[in-house]
Amino acid sequence: MTTTSTTYAVQPGPDAGADAAGSGLPMVRAEQVCKRFGQNEVLTGIDLEVGRGEVAVLLGPSGSGKSTFLRCINHLEKIDSGRLTVDGDPVGYVERGGRLHELREKEVAARRTEIGMVFQRFNLFPHMTALENIVEAPTQVRRESRRDAEEHARALLERVGLADKAKAYPSALSGGQQQRVAIARALAMRPKLMLFDEPTSALDPELVGDVLDAMRDLAADGMTMVVVTHEIGFAREVADLVAFMDGGVIVESGAPDQVLVDPRHERTRAFLSKVL
Amino acid sequence: MSVHLSESTSETRDGGPAAVPGQPGAPVLEAVPVRHPGRWVAGALVGVVTLSVVVSLAKNENLDWPTVWHYLLSDLVLSGLWTTIWLTAAAMAVGLVGGVVVAVMRLSPNPVLRVVSGAFVWVFRGTPVLVQLIFWGFLGAFYPTTTIGIPFTDVVFFEGSTSDLVPATVAALLALGLNEMAYASEIIRAGIQSVDAGQTEAAHSLGMTPGRTMRRIVLPQAMRVIIPPMGNETITMLKTTALVSVISGHDLMSNIQAAYAQNFKVIPLLVVASIWYLALTTLLSVPQSWLEARYGRGVAGARQGAFARLVASRQPKEPIA
Ligand SMILES: Nc1ncnc2c1ncn2[C@@H]1O[C@H](COP(=O)(O)OP(=O)(O)O)[C@@H](O)[C@H]1O
Ligand SMILES: [Mg+2]
Repeated sequence: MTTTSTTYAVQPGPDAGADAAGSGLPMVRAEQVCKRFGQNEVLTGIDLEVGRGEVAVLLGPSGSGKSTFLRCINHLEKIDSGRLTVDGDPVGYVERGGRLHELREKEVAARRTEIGMVFQRFNLFPHMTALENIVEAPTQVRRESRRDAEEHARALLERVGLADKAKAYPSALSGGQQQRVAIARALAMRPKLMLFDEPTSALDPELVGDVLDAMRDLAADGMTMVVVTHEIGFAREVADLVAFMDGGVIVESGAPDQVLVDPRHERTRAFLSKVL
Repeated sequence: MSVHLSESTSETRDGGPAAVPGQPGAPVLEAVPVRHPGRWVAGALVGVVTLSVVVSLAKNENLDWPTVWHYLLSDLVLSGLWTTIWLTAAAMAVGLVGGVVVAVMRLSPNPVLRVVSGAFVWVFRGTPVLVQLIFWGFLGAFYPTTTIGIPFTDVVFFEGSTSDLVPATVAALLALGLNEMAYASEIIRAGIQSVDAGQTEAAHSLGMTPGRTMRRIVLPQAMRVIIPPMGNETITMLKTTALVSVISGHDLMSNIQAAYAQNFKVIPLLVVASIWYLALTTLLSVPQSWLEARYGRGVAGARQGAFARLVASRQPKEPIA
């Protein structure tokens, strides 16, 4: 992994125009992704590849850029340089005639429907019941019929163990229940990729298990996931790939047994000794 | 003050189930409440003063209750009342809809929209509404003809006399509506900004466009913050319509003034006006509390939520299918 910030500007990659549906193509591919806020260089060359159906866990100290990288993947933040693709499509752009064209608002939104995101602070819509939270995007964005959307929503609530909470407002749910509704809400759009930003960090310890169970279930189902978490146990058990981030780069990445048990870098070892 | 436990708590000390107040078997508390003699004295004092004011008003010959009853439901007053009501409703509608537009412009990433909307608020909030009212009333003197066409070209769709286009009622509506727009936009902007940024982020991550996010997610939550001050604005507007008398509007206050200018029964007629303004503001609190309940959904349930949470945490963990 190199940390040299070769600023090869946002440009089409060598495989421009390649068939996106090809099964060999990774779901997420980041090459030298850089992002800064003003003078603050937050990502200084991220390289990462997450294959279809794989679960990648991102570890790293606070402020290392984990959330920023996750937000870049669904274009909540715009990258400054490097190349970032989801399912072969450059994030925020479309490739036509060997050139990148910036996507319009509507097209950005359409791309995001294929990527689910779960936040540390749940961000459920407080003025809607659990069921309304889940059917909002399918009915408003996808124009699904209310009946179909509700049927799907009830199935998803059942799946995360909250079938009896359909009519409850978020304020009447525990943190763990809110987070499971948030997962169901993201799944309602039938995404091909799920991003989790510290989904259990705001939860009381006894509520963490239920949320991790829901995520485990999702991974077993073959969902591609990028998870920022400090739950080392979850990473060892579920992850296909663990990447340790520090100072805006991925310091080391590999199989969980290697990175978590026998890290090559001193910084990784120091971090792990603190969280374990 | 003393507290007596009527039952021994030895069971609790032995490690048995803790007694829960209000449940059978719980020790009954007999407590002597604190007495508040000061409250009684203050209440009696204020009560006596209020009663004497009301009695003296009711008995005052100058108040002339027969005149009050005579005018209360007269055609003159009722037609003025009607004007006041629709002018208030129309000005508030203009203010609210325009206010949302101005607020969104002020929060826009587009600098032109931000500057223009900022200037609009600066002018219309910074000058007296009376001045704006007279300005719109005498617009004809300022712009004798009004032309609608494409700016900086000779293309003209429409041309006409300004005073025909803008009669007194339209001028009143413009003045009050635009003024309200400036105030409402600031209230709405504060409401929008009170909504957590995570809400917008979550909506975007679900594929909602910024416009839809504003309509479906942010504004409904902002309403909770917006409604109470907008209720105040509506009450203020109801009374501000009285100013349209300066451009010969025919609202409640203008008609009352016209009446007492002739018969000099100033006090009884002002009592008539006060009765109607009070009645209207009282009526307004009905839709306000309905709206507050409507947009408080999910927040007002927090109390019951704490209970539900307690129950939920005692249930065994459900396996995930
Ligand atoms: N919107 C923003 N504007 C400015 N700085 C930001 C913004 N978001 C994140 N940062 C900065 O980027 C750095 C990395 O933040 P973040 O990605 O949240 O780290 P992590 O999730 O690993 O804790 C921090 O120094 C933070 O202050
Ligand atoms: Mg973070």
